[in-house]
Amino acid sequence: MATEVALGAALNGHLATVFFKSVGLNVAADTFMQLSLLNIPGGMVIVLGDDPGANSSQNEQDNRHYAYLSYTPVFEPAGPAEVYSYYLEAASLSREMEKVIILRLTTHVCHAKEKVAFQDYTPTEPDNTPRFSGKNGPYIPITSAVFPLKRKALQQLDDIVDRVDERGLHTTVENNSRLGIITSGHVYLSLREVLQMVPPTSTKPDILKLAMVYPIPRRTILDFLNKHDEVKVLEELDDGLERSIKAIAYDLGLQTRIIGKNRIDDWIGEYTPEKVEHILHATWPELLETPQLPRQASQTPPRPPQMCPGCGHRSAFHAISAILADEDITVADIGCHTLGFQEPYNIGEIVLCMGASPGIGSGLSLFNTTRKVVAFLGDSTFFHAGLPGIVNSLFNKHNLTLVLMENGTTAMTGHQDHPASGKNFNEISAAIPVRQVLAGLGVDSIFETDTYKQEELRTIMRQAINEERFSVVIAKHPCMLLFAKKQRKVKGNNPYKVHIDQEACDRIKACIAQFGCPSFINNQSDGTITVNKDLCIGDGSCIPTCPSKAIKR
Amino acid sequence: MKAFSIYLCGVGGQGIGLLAEVLLRAIDYGGFPAKAVDTHGLAQRGGIVVSHLRYGDNVFSPLVPAGKSDLVIALERHEALRGAECMLRRGGSLIYYNTVLQPLSVRLGKAEEVTEEHIAQFCGRENIRVVTVSDESLVDPRMQNIVVLAHINRRQLLPGVHRDHMEKALGDLLAGSLLEKNLELFHAVEE
Repeated sequence: MATEVALGAALNGHLATVFFKSVGLNVAADTFMQLSLLNIPGGMVIVLGDDPGANSSQNEQDNRHYAYLSYTPVFEPAGPAEVYSYYLEAASLSREMEKVIILRLTTHVCHAKEKVAFQDYTPTEPDNTPRFSGKNGPYIPITSAVFPLKRKALQQLDDIVDRVDERGLHTTVENNSRLGIITSGHVYLSLREVLQMVPPTSTKPDILKLAMVYPIPRRTILDFLNKHDEVKVLEELDDGLERSIKAIAYDLGLQTRIIGKNRIDDWIGEYTPEKVEHILHATWPELLETPQLPRQASQTPPRPPQMCPGCGHRSAFHAISAILADEDITVADIGCHTLGFQEPYNIGEIVLCMGASPGIGSGLSLFNTTRKVVAFLGDSTFFHAGLPGIVNSLFNKHNLTLVLMENGTTAMTGHQDHPASGKNFNEISAAIPVRQVLAGLGVDSIFETDTYKQEELRTIMRQAINEERFSVVIAKHPCMLLFAKKQRKVKGNNPYKVHIDQEACDRIKACIAQFGCPSFINNQSDGTITVNKDLCIGDGSCIPTCPSKAIKR
Repeated sequence: MKAFSIYLCGVGGQGIGLLAEVLLRAIDYGGFPAKAVDTHGLAQRGGIVVSHLRYGDNVFSPLVPAGKSDLVIALERHEALRGAECMLRRGGSLIYYNTVLQPLSVRLGKAEEVTEEHIAQFCGRENIRVVTVSDESLVDPRMQNIVVLAHINRRQLLPGVHRDHMEKALGDLLAGSLLEKNLELFHAVEE
């Protein structure tokens, strides 16, 4: 959606910029793929946050492939100051060429901090004339238009190489070495870090740092290859640069030894300084001392993220896991509720991408009369990508239960508003009601309750999964992280905490082993359970889950 | 000045982000070039929060290489041991706030809780200086980070970065009664 809105604005003459994380481009791909064929008078920059290392994504896909696929130029800044300067270059080139350009960042470029000197701020009066005209096109990709558009996109790739050369954006570090390294982005910073370890008796390799990694500057690279006996292509994730550079050398019959990726590990993970150290040592063992393997966290237990104290999802999972049989199948979607896959809930045995759970659940229900299928979906994702799967389940009469985890916000990514929140980024807006949307689509079997009402939730879940049709359970509770944050700001508000009545406690530890709120402390010295007052928000959702009734306000 | 690397770690919600930002600005007020980077995927959900901070001459990458940190600052005991084991160089320093937020496996009774002795043993072996801090009188656990900041200042753990640099940094990031409360605590630890 953002890509389409940005395109529309840019066709009216505004410079538009749209931001994605890596897998966000998958969702936008249908629109994105056409952009490079279009004449975009306002200019358009796509700021892309790839995630080598899969710090917070379901894969570490290398989105440069999208650029190759669509003939879209890609700039790669190494740090915040370059993000600023390259953005300005990309925006100005994009307006000059009326063409989409990608600014590709990676996680630790996005999250990095350094001092950045900004240019003077000299705003001009905005021109709000809507300048769209079909004459700036063609914008209808019928066959007769496709070939000229494709030809132009390919010619523009040559054109932009010259423009970037003229602006002097590619940089070199010269050490008069017979060895050279071609790299880009933050990998360049890791490389400079590692080259400081080269002993003074050896010569450091020369470096060519590419500002634009697609299309590659043929002449610049040829010149660099010609000056060196051996050139290492130091490239995070996939081997796009390596292939192009080797092709140039092959075409021209160069004798330079070009060293690319050697081991599967070279394709995996972020190119941190220590990773680059290992790769360089493997490439030229005489250049660096053998890297020391860092210590491992041998004694420290891992700390997986968990649902927050008071989270409505925990109550939902606690109730639902009690009524599902072991062989029933649960499908999760993207969101905080994904964390249900962990102990003690083990709910959501598969998760793929946003909006996938109703579809996957539908497939799991086919040729299946023995195992119930329950899919989970958050309310934000419901609007974002969940609707087509629901429509499909209805249209094709699939037999599964969808649990809609309605918490009124986009919790996992930091509480952004969504279409049912009643306000958008700028202002109050109409709240689109989830239940009415479902009813409007024709879902006849809709149940609804607050997840803190454990008994009621169990009852309606039993009913829902026993209906031989598509049913929806709306499991509601506001996001308690957001709620507690707001409550703290209310003057004089001092929420009660729960405590364990040690007399009543039978040490069954259901609060930990089944309910699993992180506020409970398992005192390993004496076997008691106590409550961490710093974590408990006083919601009391745990109280009905204790068989001994030992949790008290 | 030779590059100095700091690794900060804690649990989501403990205020690692603010502490890292205060230190980065304090280093800047101290007149040093600096780079930093945060990792906070899923942090608010009780996961690990990490921040890298490097300053001095010839700092290229903001990432602290594993096993080469000069200082590890931790706001929780398990994370203190993890941070020291994975990131700290032999002979470096560890400062941690002595509180426990049990990881899942500890709560489920499947792993042993990290104790002060575990940390002392490991750091003894690796010749690491350990500073353990806590403040029993503290009402709001979200201010533990300021207690740690004050001890960093008191023990001069950041070369070339002093009290007035830290105060200025706090002034950049907090305002009104919140700033006053935090400065009061910062000064109380100093005395």
